[in-house]
Amino acid sequence: MKILTLVRQVPDAEARVKISGGHVDLEGATLVIDGMDEYGVEEALRLREGGAAVEEIVALAVGPKRVEDALRTALAMGVDRAIHVETDEKLDPIALSRVVTQVAQAEGAGLILVGGQEADWDSQALGAATAERLGWPQLTWTNELKVEGDTLTGRHDVDDGNESFRASLPAVVTTQQGLNEPRYPTLPNIMKAKKKELRKDTLDTYGTAPTVRVVGSEIQTRARLNKMIDGKDPQAAAEQLLELLRNEAKVLA
Amino acid sequence: MILIVAEHSGGQLAKATLEMVTAARESGREGPITLLVLGHGTADVANAAAAVADQVLVADLPALAQYNAELWAAATAQIAQEGEAHTVIIGGSRSGREFAPRVAVKLDAPYLEDAIALRANGAALQAQRYTYLARVTETVEAEAPVIVVTVKPGSFAPAQAAAAAGEQYDVELDLPALRVEVTGKSVEKSSRVALTEADVIVTGGRGVGSPENFSAYVEGLADRIGAGVGATRAVVDAGWRPYAEQVGQTGKTVQPKAYVALGVSGAVQHLSGMGKSKYIVAINKDAEAPIFKVADYGIVGDVNQIVPALIEAARK
Repeated sequence: MKILTLVRQVPDAEARVKISGGHVDLEGATLVIDGMDEYGVEEALRLREGGAAVEEIVALAVGPKRVEDALRTALAMGVDRAIHVETDEKLDPIALSRVVTQVAQAEGAGLILVGGQEADWDSQALGAATAERLGWPQLTWTNELKVEGDTLTGRHDVDDGNESFRASLPAVVTTQQGLNEPRYPTLPNIMKAKKKELRKDTLDTYGTAPTVRVVGSEIQTRARLNKMIDGKDPQAAAEQLLELLRNEAKVLA
Repeated sequence: MILIVAEHSGGQLAKATLEMVTAARESGREGPITLLVLGHGTADVANAAAAVADQVLVADLPALAQYNAELWAAATAQIAQEGEAHTVIIGGSRSGREFAPRVAVKLDAPYLEDAIALRANGAALQAQRYTYLARVTETVEAEAPVIVVTVKPGSFAPAQAAAAAGEQYDVELDLPALRVEVTGKSVEKSSRVALTEADVIVTGGRGVGSPENFSAYVEGLADRIGAGVGATRAVVDAGWRPYAEQVGQTGKTVQPKAYVALGVSGAVQHLSGMGKSKYIVAINKDAEAPIFKVADYGIVGDVNQIVPALIEAARK
């Protein structure tokens, strides 16, 4: 089985997001491999280390030149090689799933791992859209995964709790916190990663274009009251807070 | 027509469905508002749906007793095609956002995900949504013969009943074979109100000190004021609380009337899950904690002292 693991590059959670010209400007922001995608990379490695018949692990990223840093991180974590479809075009998940589908088919992938909701577009759509295009089942919000032969078992979150599941490969799995603890790349592995294949590809062969237009973006600002209550006298502070919640905010009876 | 996939559970139409009807009415898109009820034993749901929609399409089948992404996607896409829907609206729940992209691909439609506002802009449909861990509000637009939308729960007022009840029709479906087998299910049962439904949430962070303190203060206060209980990622990672209680990017997104954060520092990934709460209360002994920047009411002080006083004062 070949595993394809998808990687996005996103601003670090603590980085400040700037808007210029009505659009998010990542100039100068610290960019990292998306945390939810990282669970996917780690899981691919663990499946192989756990004895599943994993022939090869390939990381795929679609985006501008800088995205190769995220792929280098995945290579340093242990994936075998990487594919970078380099483009400055901003593809929505539905459009991007066309690229992922074609790469998966060309590579003969049997399992695709992708983050449940990445920290840039706050979207959960890429895994499902890719699964539909490939005609594969999908398991979303997975926090436990096992592969034996062609059988996939595990556990994932659903609307009202969680479920254990069984499905056959090929499949798309979306990953999240709780699935594993991603490893840090060690220095020897970072050095080794420099020699691994990072194939460059262009978008034009994939016949895709954005289906959604971004009209504009603005930073969320919500005016908060910022009323500080003196906490030196716990009793008085507690009473004052309750009074405000009951009579000013009117959120408590 | 505008096709809305009804959300329901336990024989009850979910509030999210009424919110989607409002979204459809406010969108300015033309045509009858049609609710599609998928499930088994759905007579009550269909009747409730008829009160708010122009028409209700019912697929009451044993095969639909349990939600499944591929079944729901196939059924929705089929009905959208047969009914020539130009807009398909699906709930922004975990399951809704799981099958909606499949519907979009089946219909070769653009997908506007997790909309908080929706309006027609000429022939196009414009939506607002949050991005970058809910720090940015993005306006997106699509124009196509059919567009698929999911609506973020809690973003629209629940619709009131229409003047006349809509007609109900049974529909026939060609459903695919099931490929994912559910081998076990654990429902998160709690005597407390569910996090995503709660008007008030009390959340504890590492600053609470210990699992014992969490029970005494966070749960103690929540029970006193009838609130849901939330936890930060750090608390869940430390094994103090179950993942089901986690609020944030990797947990649940909540939007209560009041969010009371006890010993919570306010990491961005947490703020993205609760930052849209109407009122935010923060109690933390670190005056520099970022949570105070988004707080409406803040107390710099020790949770161990303030919260017992709060529980006591709430008794009065």
